Amino acid sequence: MDRLLNVMTGLSALLILLVLFSVRRARIRVEYSVTWLIGAVALLVLSRSRELLHSFADLLGVNYPPLALLLIVGCVFLVILYRFSLIISRLKDDNIALAQRVAILEYHIQSIKEASHM
Amino acid sequence: MPDPRGKLMILIPAFNEQGAVGGVVHAVRQTMPGVPVVVVDDCSSDATVAIARGASADVLALPHHLGLGGCVQAGYKLAFELGYQYVIRVDGDGQHDARDIPKVFETLLASGCEMVIGSRYFDGNVGSTSLLRAVGIRFFRMVLRPILGKPVRDPTSGFVGVNRSALEVFSRSFPLEYPEIEALVVLQRRRFRFVEVPCRTLPRRTGRSSITPMKSIYYIVHVLLGVFVNVLKYERRIPRESRRS
Repeated sequence: MDRLLNVMTGLSALLILLVLFSVRRARIRVEYSVTWLIGAVALLVLSRSRELLHSFADLLGVNYPPLALLLIVGCVFLVILYRFSLIISRLKDDNIALAQRVAILEYHIQSIKEASHM
Repeated sequence: MPDPRGKLMILIPAFNEQGAVGGVVHAVRQTMPGVPVVVVDDCSSDATVAIARGASADVLALPHHLGLGGCVQAGYKLAFELGYQYVIRVDGDGQHDARDIPKVFETLLASGCEMVIGSRYFDGNVGSTSLLRAVGIRFFRMVLRPILGKPVRDPTSGFVGVNRSALEVFSRSFPLEYPEIEALVVLQRRRFRFVEVPCRTLPRRTGRSSITPMKSIYYIVHVLLGVFVNVLKYERRIPRESRRS
């Protein structure tokens, strides 16, 4: 059990460092890093605090606390994935609308140019 | 009385159709002289744009590939902005017979329906199409029948005429991938009407269909989901009478 929790601590710490590093290098925008940081910090705290982890395990009705932690990890990542799916969908809609707008504006510019050459 | 053709635009979505698009534009020009023809190029990597321009079509060139729905919607947006009352869409691969365009247009004018579909399977027979496609078409006929409240023989036809009311709706909301079937549901949600007219199909001028058996299965699942999402979507229903006023 200790080994699994230690691995989880290590992975959470690595995730926090990776996100901070990416934010510093401007590879990820601050607003999108917040979700990851909250998730990673929550996992770090849970993997280091046995009392908290046991409370969560009792709450979930799981006898083996690390299993509860894995369940929470799964849920956290599902929420993050869902949030990013929403963001990607919105960005794709915006992107399509922009591409169509650019094409239509270019069409109008072309029409004006052709009219002025006549 | 002004010629209603002055309010019509022909839209040809095309993606890498250099072998066919020139012939399609010529055929449309011959059938409908004086009617503006706009080729919407979905960022082709071949000479589609140059050939379309060479055939004296206007070209709406998308800056990157959007897929069929995004491509067609761009054309609808342009037509709506330019004030056209009617748009007829003909595929850029040359499978639709341009000689059927007047029939679609006359039906659009006479019927008062918001959409006219050029149906390849007007008699209900799906002809010599592949088995999987035939099964798909029959399946969607069955699915759409209770949703639309009437049978549709060719729900996947890309030969479609729309009036300005439908143009307005499609300018705002149009399915991105495989749009034909979902577009019918979008219109139904607005209580718009459609009618089918029999149309001829020509063999592809060049290339081959990109729909593989695997893609067909993806298509069916994708469209089915899209149909039900559109059915469940909340739309403020507008009574037909108040729309006319």
